[in-house]
Amino acid sequence: MSAVDQPVTKPAGGEAKTPRRRSSRRRLLNRRPSRAVSVSLALLPFALILGAYVVASSARLAENPFDPVTPSLTAMAETFWRMATEPDVRTGDLLLWTDTASSLIRLGAGVVISAAIALVMGIGIGLLPFFRSTFAPVVAAISLIPPITVLPILYITLGVGETAKIALIIFGIAPVMVRGVARAVSEIPEEQIVKAETLGASTWQIIMRVVLPQALPHLVNVTRLGLGPAWIFLVTAEAIVAESGLGYRIFLVRRYSAMDIILPYVAWITLIAYLIDLALRQFATRAFRWAYPSGRTL
Amino acid sequence: MSRVTVEDLFMDYDQAPVLERINIDVEPSTFCAIVGASGCGKSTFLRLLLSQERPSRGEILIDGEPVAEEPTPDRGIVFQRYSVFPHLTVTDNLVLASEFGRSAFLGRLFGSARRKARDDVADTLKSIGLWQARDRYPAQLSGGMQQRLAIAQALLMKPKVLLLDEPFGALDPGIRADMHEILMALWRETKMTVFMVTHDIREAFKLATRVLVFDKVRHDPDHPEAYGATITYDLPLDRNRAQVAALEAQIAETTGRTQ
Repeated sequence: MSAVDQPVTKPAGGEAKTPRRRSSRRRLLNRRPSRAVSVSLALLPFALILGAYVVASSARLAENPFDPVTPSLTAMAETFWRMATEPDVRTGDLLLWTDTASSLIRLGAGVVISAAIALVMGIGIGLLPFFRSTFAPVVAAISLIPPITVLPILYITLGVGETAKIALIIFGIAPVMVRGVARAVSEIPEEQIVKAETLGASTWQIIMRVVLPQALPHLVNVTRLGLGPAWIFLVTAEAIVAESGLGYRIFLVRRYSAMDIILPYVAWITLIAYLIDLALRQFATRAFRWAYPSGRTL
Repeated sequence: MSRVTVEDLFMDYDQAPVLERINIDVEPSTFCAIVGASGCGKSTFLRLLLSQERPSRGEILIDGEPVAEEPTPDRGIVFQRYSVFPHLTVTDNLVLASEFGRSAFLGRLFGSARRKARDDVADTLKSIGLWQARDRYPAQLSGGMQQRLAIAQALLMKPKVLLLDEPFGALDPGIRADMHEILMALWRETKMTVFMVTHDIREAFKLATRVLVFDKVRHDPDHPEAYGATITYDLPLDRNRAQVAALEAQIAETTGRTQ
């Protein structure tokens, strides 16, 4: 077995049986890292960023130990731990968990309602010509309104409570999700719809058994894509008016330049966003095995 | 076992005629192959037979009755691709038709009704050689297996007319020959009237009892879209092999020239 016979499965790195000189003759695009190399390469940029921060931070702290802009990693860890475990002096809450719960409830409500709208409207627009004629133009028009510009309107009309924040998320992501699902539905081959008709299916049965099951994997995908903007709108709404929430906290402590809170909070939001995305991806590959025969998604 | 009559059929797309003056009367249980050059309206004719589109003029009758204005279970269809449902296993693809018939709201059967429906398709699965693959999804099947499934699915509703739109066009020649045998066996068994569009003239002459050739009789070199196609040859094959072979060669030459 030479390296030429198995260019894909042969692990890169020095431990290979074939001489290094021969393996390096393969094109770069045919050379693949082994699992261990792959993980190390993935961690490398993170390590570099962290290292650069530590260097910059210690340099600044050496000059002024009370510099709030670049707190040391230990200072951030201590603050974060305190926010997670010690009740706040004023409210008695464990601030990290109160903020996380507030934000996730808003985000969850906004995203779930948006997904429901996207599914119903997307199937209607993608499948039914009368529905499409009625709603496609208005959805397209709404999706062009910059969502942040309606935030004042939402706060004025719906009050400054939870409803306006959830409404902003829906306003910001639902139109794009509707269009995503509608496109996916309209791309179901006409042959399948016609075939279902010749099997005696009604419009409703075609929706339930042909269109809906094939729309669901796309719904998960557009939801994953919608989550990014959803966080933006959540944090924006919380930054302006709120009593708790991850975005609220970041913008509150900004007044004191409390980077020891802001930076861990940003990392915490990123981690939550990553875990939600991962969960949705895992869910899609397990629930819709037919759509991911290789078991992989992007 | 149904007679199909097409009376004075015209089809235009945005004023451009595609088909003109189509008149045929097809006896019950005929296997009718439709051949012709690319873009001569063969597939359009099949879509009209299925009511996937409506003719600009003229009428299509099955047993003397005008066809419904939309696809209905009296006409089964097998397309070249995308005929089966990718999100359903082989078994579920076949069970689906009875679920549509018996569950108006959900289109889905549960419990013992579902088990019975699955048992009902077991013989079909064995006869088309998909028993081993019954729990696989279409993406996990070969092209030939997918088309066998599509044909079996189209026959579930016992249609009066079976329409085949280049059903074997994407298959390897060896598999195609196997598919021919399966199709002929099913046709002899059910005695359906069959219309099959094909690019393959040898396939048409091998399977059909009647061959229709679509071509443009009038041609304006400056306006190639000016005239539509019509039936230029209508050949009932009486199985006189020598005569048929000569005709086959002649038609191969004609349609090849217009391509």
